[in-house]
Amino acid sequence: MRITREPELYDPPSTATRRLGRQVLIQWKAVGRAAMFTGMGFLYFRYMFSHRNRHEVFYQMFITGIRSLGVLTVVALFTGMIFALQTGLELARYGQEVHVGGAVTVVMLREMGPFMAGMILTASVGSSVGAQLGTMTVSEEVAALEIMSIDPIRFLVMPRLVAFTIMVPLCTFYTDIIAVLGGGLVGYTQFGIPPYLYYDNALIYAETKDLWIGILKAFVFGVIICSTACYQGFSTTGGAVGVGKSTRNTVVISFLLTLIVGYIITRLFYA
Amino acid sequence: MIRFDNVIKKFGHRLVLDRFNLHVKKGETMVLVGTSGAGKSVTLKHMVKLLKPTQGEVLIEGEAISATVGKDLQRLRGDFGFLFQSSALLQWMSVGENIALPLREHTSFSDEEIEEKVRSVLAQVGLEDAIWKLPAEISGGMKKRAGLARAIVTEPKIILYDEPTSGLDPVTSRTIDELIMHLKRDLGVTSVVVTHDMISALTVGDRIAMLHQGRVVEVSTPAEFLHSKHPEVRGFLDAQYISSDFLK
Ligand SMILES: Nc1ncnc2c1ncn2[C@@H]1O[C@H](COP(=O)(O)OP(=O)(O)OP(=O)(O)O)[C@@H](O)[C@H]1O
Ligand SMILES: [Mg+2]
Repeated sequence: MRITREPELYDPPSTATRRLGRQVLIQWKAVGRAAMFTGMGFLYFRYMFSHRNRHEVFYQMFITGIRSLGVLTVVALFTGMIFALQTGLELARYGQEVHVGGAVTVVMLREMGPFMAGMILTASVGSSVGAQLGTMTVSEEVAALEIMSIDPIRFLVMPRLVAFTIMVPLCTFYTDIIAVLGGGLVGYTQFGIPPYLYYDNALIYAETKDLWIGILKAFVFGVIICSTACYQGFSTTGGAVGVGKSTRNTVVISFLLTLIVGYIITRLFYA
Repeated sequence: MIRFDNVIKKFGHRLVLDRFNLHVKKGETMVLVGTSGAGKSVTLKHMVKLLKPTQGEVLIEGEAISATVGKDLQRLRGDFGFLFQSSALLQWMSVGENIALPLREHTSFSDEEIEEKVRSVLAQVGLEDAIWKLPAEISGGMKKRAGLARAIVTEPKIILYDEPTSGLDPVTSRTIDELIMHLKRDLGVTSVVVTHDMISALTVGDRIAMLHQGRVVEVSTPAEFLHSKHPEVRGFLDAQYISSDFLK
């Protein structure tokens, strides 16, 4: 497949309906192309550990996951603490503050863990992938790879796709743990719930299913963020301004898709 | 070797190549000159299918490259070295790694053999010292030469140079001219050189083609080119104060 394309130029549509139709067509093509990138990226997974690729794969996993741990820790800790505080205060009105453990754990596992990890990785890593691939596209580096018969999908997309599909779930798991610990901390200092009670209560409410569905969500988010960033990057035209636009689009579109798809998955498994 | 057959290229409504015809013979150095925006880079990009003609064909040794895909395209592209106008080095790799990249990807050379080759091409372009530097740490002219080193390291049969001497000092420019001539003479490389530098054009070219308004308006040997009556050609030569007895 050709990655570098010349921009498709159309005549300005004559009527509003035509304009709408045109937009739908363009967006539909965009979805198709992004899906192609992703599908082919997955096909290249079999070369993940080959001599040529493994260095880049590990490097991408490092910058996607390990580099994000700092900010994830802070965000997760405070999310857990805030959540414990808010629910704890409400539950305390009925003398039920022991249930803080269950509330925090269930919410984190099912929803907030993948959501938080997805958001943070979109904002930090997704945006930088969009910007980097965008810059490479406008400075003809991607074209140079194509001439050298180095498939940009294998060389650029696959390592990032591996990194996102592995690291978003791992970061989600990490976020869950830190947030639950943060909740426990607030439960103990604010409401005097002993850690073993908090823990027991968490286990009463939370199920393994919650964990697995959270991780599944995270995997899907990883695919979404990576394909959005790669698509936007490769479709960049128009120099530095274009790179800025692609970066912005990457973040906005990933956020929206993450939210919508997150809802759909919840709906599928819980409703 | 490379033949453009009535190629028309439009970007939207903008006509860049208008029934463009050109034939580059095997082993020859063809120089393309023309004003900025005349379509020289577009012409080069057609030869490696980075752009496709709106109409007409680009034939590489008789094969229409715009119709080839997959392995065939890979084989055809494997014959080419391409020096981009913007150098197009990968920013996160050192100069040496950039040049080693095509070898690592497509050959089974050992690390030592690759390093040896990389050092030898870097020496040819006079960049031995920059091997570990990142592209962001070297000057524009050095990037150009690093891009050139990457284009020639795979020992291609056809080399396309997009402004190899722009941004270089006169002394280095002449070294690059000599390198281009050496590749042609000793390795039988077919080359297409896009340039604004008439001295370079007249020195390295077997034939010079002048592009104007999407067409080749003059193709001739350097000696004939100097005596051309075509107003565009005259303007181009006069603007660089090149008199018709330049070659003597
Ligand atoms: N991807 C593209 N999309 C739209 N228009 C393009 C594209 N590439 C080139 N053009 C147009 O084609 C024309 C020729 O461009 P080209 O880059 O070939 O010029 P050039 O002869 O190489 O000039 P220079 O000497 O400045 O490099 C320009 O007018 C440019 O606007
Ligand atoms: Mg050009």
